[in-house]
Amino acid sequence: MGSTASTLSKIPDVETLMQETGFTPAHMVRLYDRFKALDKERKGHLCPQDFGAIKELAENPIGDRIVGAFFSQGQETLDFHSFVRILAHFRPVDKDRPRDPNVPEPINSRSNKLKFAFQLYDQDKDGKISRAELLQVLRAMLEMQVTEEQLESIADRTIQEADLDRDEAISFDEFRKSLEKVNIDHKMSIRFLR
Amino acid sequence: MDDAWDMAYSLFKVWLSIVVGLIVVPAMFGLSLGVTDVYMKILVKILEWATLRIQRGQRDQPSPTAQLPNGIIQRDDGSMAEEIGELRRNWPQSLTGGDFTLCDAFYFCRKGIETIVEDQVTQRFTSEELVSWNLLTRTNNNFCYISVRVTIIWGLGVFIRYCVLAPLRITLAVIGLSWLVIGTTLVGLLPNSKVKDWLSDLVHLTCYRICAKGLSAVIHYHNKQNKPKKGGICVANHTSPIDIVILANDGCYAMVGQVHGGLMGVIQRSMLRSCPHVWFERSEMKDRHAVAKRLRDHVADKTKLPILIFPEGTCINNTSVMMFKKGSFEIGGTIYPVAIKYDPQFGDAFWNSAKYNMVSYLLRMMTSWAIVCNVWYLPPMTREEGEDAVHFANRVKSAIARQGGLVDLSWDGGLKREKVKQTYKEEQQKMYSSTIVGPVSS
Repeated sequence: MGSTASTLSKIPDVETLMQETGFTPAHMVRLYDRFKALDKERKGHLCPQDFGAIKELAENPIGDRIVGAFFSQGQETLDFHSFVRILAHFRPVDKDRPRDPNVPEPINSRSNKLKFAFQLYDQDKDGKISRAELLQVLRAMLEMQVTEEQLESIADRTIQEADLDRDEAISFDEFRKSLEKVNIDHKMSIRFLR
Repeated sequence: MDDAWDMAYSLFKVWLSIVVGLIVVPAMFGLSLGVTDVYMKILVKILEWATLRIQRGQRDQPSPTAQLPNGIIQRDDGSMAEEIGELRRNWPQSLTGGDFTLCDAFYFCRKGIETIVEDQVTQRFTSEELVSWNLLTRTNNNFCYISVRVTIIWGLGVFIRYCVLAPLRITLAVIGLSWLVIGTTLVGLLPNSKVKDWLSDLVHLTCYRICAKGLSAVIHYHNKQNKPKKGGICVANHTSPIDIVILANDGCYAMVGQVHGGLMGVIQRSMLRSCPHVWFERSEMKDRHAVAKRLRDHVADKTKLPILIFPEGTCINNTSVMMFKKGSFEIGGTIYPVAIKYDPQFGDAFWNSAKYNMVSYLLRMMTSWAIVCNVWYLPPMTREEGEDAVHFANRVKSAIARQGGLVDLSWDGGLKREKVKQTYKEEQQKMYSSTIVGPVSS
């Protein structure tokens, strides 16, 4: 008869991983099962095509970008540790965390969530969302539904509102500033069951 | 040596006569000796005891690992418009009710990550997970070792299921199927008449009753007044090939399907001799109009039995109902929806055709505790004026899902094997753009 303990022992370095990400052992088991389920060919790692098998992701307008965020360093393979680390961004924020400047920020801090969202826009990773990059996202989300002129005017207006130093691009700080009042903690978190 | 063979032969004869006398003959008349009821009562008591023991064991053990029975995340059920509205609530600049904001992408991002962790579609093609273990090894997902007593009961269960019940059930299944072939061939020799129809119904019913006994199937039929009538189309959700046995236990249907070779082909041909069924050649299946015409002709003939169709087109794991293909709903005639819900506690009826072939699936069925299910006959539905087939299909699907307590999904069951069509993505884009630029006039 199987047990959660035996599944946990199959995951290498599971203790450090749990500490780093804050997931409970029950979560780790579930995520490991999910990782294995997605890895249909039993390669031991995931590649972008494995994500393509998730139907609801295929209908998501920015689905490719989200998958790209998992393979951000240009690699072609994703191991379980990296998989879990990225998902850890979406754990709800621990409100009672002491603000210790010597301890590195946890993966699911507000700032790190924002960074994750920023890289969805900033595909060339130069630290700025250029007009072209913004247009690409808009095109992905709207495609045939609006004209090119409408897309361009939306992009221009968005940059105008957020761009404070007038360099025709949105830097991470400008991004963060314009999203100050948005409830990131709630909207970029997934409710993991206890 | 001869003595041993003689003894084996006479034991076999005794065994066969017990089976026939006590099970087959009463089953043919729709009666039961009540053995199954007693068996079920004992089984329920044992499973309850086992569940309590396991729960107690989990509490006592200082194990930090608890199970997450219902999935790992809880999803928000808000619509796209609601969620994006909430995102924008505290946006500093005033919005004229239809603008893009940087935070809109968060909605899609979160939805995307949620589906990566757990999606609604892939899980429908694997067996449902049980909240508490039912002492079958195959459903043992993370239930840890609890006590000697539970293990002993489990071991006893294995013995009873594999060495006592399985041979009995296999014998019954063989008897049932041979009776079907022989009986229908005999009836087929008669000239067409009312007597022939009556006999044909009798043969079919008795055979399916024997097969149902061969699965230890306990079926509860509800709302029998809505049972499908001749010249109608019976529509049901599909979980496994056993659905046919379940439904045909209570009424006679004309089956629809592809012509097979081998044993299935023999059964199909003999069934065809006694009453009209609709079997298609593989080449005919490609031609939708030919298929529709044959079905329409059958339905138009009011003396023929109601057709049984499973519009999902594939087996789903009985937690949800997926898209109904519109073909059956374009034929016309009255639709009699039927909802079938299996109780997974006693045996998992879902046929995962990717994992098991037909024979190993049937063996798994015969080594489960029992197959318990509820069948609801829903009031007949017809297509309304100006209603298109897709809308009608969805209406029927929702009625079935609601009655059976199943999740109503609009995903296509064919996604088990195929990729998602581009149209789904366009739907999402359309929905999003209507929050930005107002309703799109297309």
